[in-house]
Amino acid sequence: MLTQEKHAPELTKEEKTISGGEALILGLLQEGVDTIFGYPGGAIMPIYDSLYDYREALNHVLVRHEQGGIHAGQGYARASGKVGVVFATSGPGATNLITGLADAMIDSTPLVCITGQVFAHLLGTDAFQEADVISISAPVTKWNYQVTDANEIPAALAKAFYIAKSGRPGPVVLDITKNAQLQQFNFTGHTPCSHIRSYRPTPIVRREYIEEAAALINQAKKPFVLWGQGVMLGSAEQEFKAFIEKSGIPAAWTIMGAGALPSDHELNVGMLGMHGNYGPNVLTNECDVLIAIGMRFDDRVTGRLDKYAKQAQVVHLDIDPSEIDKNVKATVPVWGDCKETLPLLTQLVDAKKHEEWLQKFKDYTAQEVEQVIQDELFPTSGEMTMGEVMQQLNELTNGDAIIVSDVGQNQMVACRYAKLNHTRSNITSGGLGTMGFALPAAIGAKFGAPDRTVVAFAGDGGIQMTIQELGTIMQSNVDVKIIIVNNQFLGMVRQWQQLFHERRYSFVDITSPDYIKVAEGYGIAGRKISERENLRGALQEMLAHKGSYLLEVMVTKENNVFPMVPQGCSVSEIRLK
Amino acid sequence: MSNQNHIDRQEFNITVYTEHHVGLLNRIATIFSRRKMNIESLNTSPSEIEGIHRFNIVINETEEVIRKLTRQIEKQVEVLKVYYHTNEDVIWQEMALYKVPTDVIAEKALVERLLRENGARAVVIRKDYTVFETTGHREETDNLIKVLQPYGLIEFVRSARIAIIKGSEGFNRKLREFEVAEPSDEVKENEYLNTGESIFTM
Ligand SMILES: Cc1ncc(C[n+]2csc(CCOP(=O)(O)OP(=O)(O)O)c2C)c(N)n1
Ligand SMILES: [Mg+2]
Repeated sequence: MLTQEKHAPELTKEEKTISGGEALILGLLQEGVDTIFGYPGGAIMPIYDSLYDYREALNHVLVRHEQGGIHAGQGYARASGKVGVVFATSGPGATNLITGLADAMIDSTPLVCITGQVFAHLLGTDAFQEADVISISAPVTKWNYQVTDANEIPAALAKAFYIAKSGRPGPVVLDITKNAQLQQFNFTGHTPCSHIRSYRPTPIVRREYIEEAAALINQAKKPFVLWGQGVMLGSAEQEFKAFIEKSGIPAAWTIMGAGALPSDHELNVGMLGMHGNYGPNVLTNECDVLIAIGMRFDDRVTGRLDKYAKQAQVVHLDIDPSEIDKNVKATVPVWGDCKETLPLLTQLVDAKKHEEWLQKFKDYTAQEVEQVIQDELFPTSGEMTMGEVMQQLNELTNGDAIIVSDVGQNQMVACRYAKLNHTRSNITSGGLGTMGFALPAAIGAKFGAPDRTVVAFAGDGGIQMTIQELGTIMQSNVDVKIIIVNNQFLGMVRQWQQLFHERRYSFVDITSPDYIKVAEGYGIAGRKISERENLRGALQEMLAHKGSYLLEVMVTKENNVFPMVPQGCSVSEIRLK
Repeated sequence: MSNQNHIDRQEFNITVYTEHHVGLLNRIATIFSRRKMNIESLNTSPSEIEGIHRFNIVINETEEVIRKLTRQIEKQVEVLKVYYHTNEDVIWQEMALYKVPTDVIAEKALVERLLRENGARAVVIRKDYTVFETTGHREETDNLIKVLQPYGLIEFVRSARIAIIKGSEGFNRKLREFEVAEPSDEVKENEYLNTGESIFTM
């Protein structure tokens, strides 16, 4: 059902007979696409054939694996705020996208993935490289659609872009049968979609709830803001800052929200969740009004739910009505795009400072610095830590780089300690925790933000999951700095085995290849260091290098990430050691 | 989600108005299956409005869970509206067919009486078998199985539940607005929010 057909284009465009494949490419250009991450194959060949004619206008990045392609699309989307576009062939090409779709779905990343499909007359016959992509991808897409006739392509593509980027963004799959790609049809132009009758991307803002929220906030003695990626997805960083600064409320972030307010902002009190900062976790259970903005109370953030902020009244701002009351019951639900709701709220809240309350956060920070952070960031003896690598990097980039982290201890260290001056600078797999995300996502991020320094920060386990994407770097000459913090362990799993399974280290010691030789094989400069005295120089060399650079840092093997809210515990039971 | 207090569970009738879209049934079904929840009954049919499809789903759950589920369903792009109601708020029916050997019916006057008492109606009468039909609530259609079992019940089948919402004028008006491809700014998404607990709308 493509309701788009009902909207006649305003201008009568010149009609011409072209192939479905060409219509798709023209549509992508109309949608403002400049970069595609993809991998060809039999069932998508007609589209690639059309792409050949437009290869100057559309930059196609040939990846080494479709999972790399989709993570690159995600990195591109998150760095640029635009829709990431990915091409894959039918069958194995399409199924290789599934991890990335699940990741993009849970992290609300706008993607349009085009998959080739077998000829329509072969559907359901177990044809060569046929997979039921619509069914397989349904639970991990915001929307998907199979096109079997070229006449459907313009409207389906327009709808795909509209759905991917509007409301709460998400990934979309368009599965196009080969006959539709080949079919010559009467192309009347591509008209972007702006309305689907069954789809309400943004709920209508209700003034009375804004007023109730403001009243709650104005009488609060210990208000506390939690923000998530929604602030960035709504491009509401300025509106958010204005709200925080007027209300004077301390604000903490989820890892998906990091960077929407600069790290060193006075009211930024740190990270929430399992490995978040001490104060924000403890004081969640002490605040009187909790204001959640564009975040979804993930279990890694809330810890044990029945002991989470029970004393607080909750104001929840979200664009997705299904998030309200899903995990934490809202006293006042503020449905809507926070770009719209925050300024309304800011108007109604009193200008205040909460000095005593803010001081409490600072006191907890001081304890955390003394017991955890100092040794992690500024060790003077022993082997190197991941934290000091990040600290030195912060000093050298001054917090202006985009940090793309992988998953594990390296991710927690990166999110905790990266200095972020700018929005869209912390790219990580938050909801799904996908190892192997960093390298391809960093490639995509560089294409999405070519003027910025992009640093991938990965562990020795995760880097090996998608290391083939060094080939993409080699071929597309993209400038990505890669830091591997090598602890010779699947560190985060080892940490849990140490803490909760009596040190029974079951299959967590992992060997690595000679990464420098591997990089060299791909024509990428690299260096391995094991001594503290070489760290700063090596980082400087990496940053100064023209082109990609791989730096392997040997770090201490059995370090643990603290603080930690153990699973099943309340956020206020956070442990410092 | 389903580990809630069993005592608070009851049957809810979820009514979903949708576009007629391939794959939507799968998307709606997985909303339940991923939470390891059973669908008691599911029916799809046209609705009172041309081009708009209607699902009737019956779920045994607590109201809190049902409210969350309806929001997840309504989130699907092709879903126009979702409402949920208790059995008291709807008029509902299920239909059942029973196939029995004709000779038994012909010979035993008692069977004929039992059938009549249970409101059964013969749909097909052949020399070898007869098919009866009843329409009603679950207990009624269930009851006739027990009655016919001793007399050689050959086959039984029951349809999914269909339900009409008692207080549906507002919904109907709302849905007709969706027919208009371009909604005006006056389409107030929340106008029914305060008219009753059981009505969910964005
Ligand atoms: C694809 C995938 N498989 C498995 C896991 C489970 N897992 C989470 S962290 C982790 C260890 C990561 O090791 P490494 O990449 O070396 O990072 P470190 O924790 O040592 O920094 C594993 C195996 C995962 N998150 N993703
Ligand atoms: Mg490791």
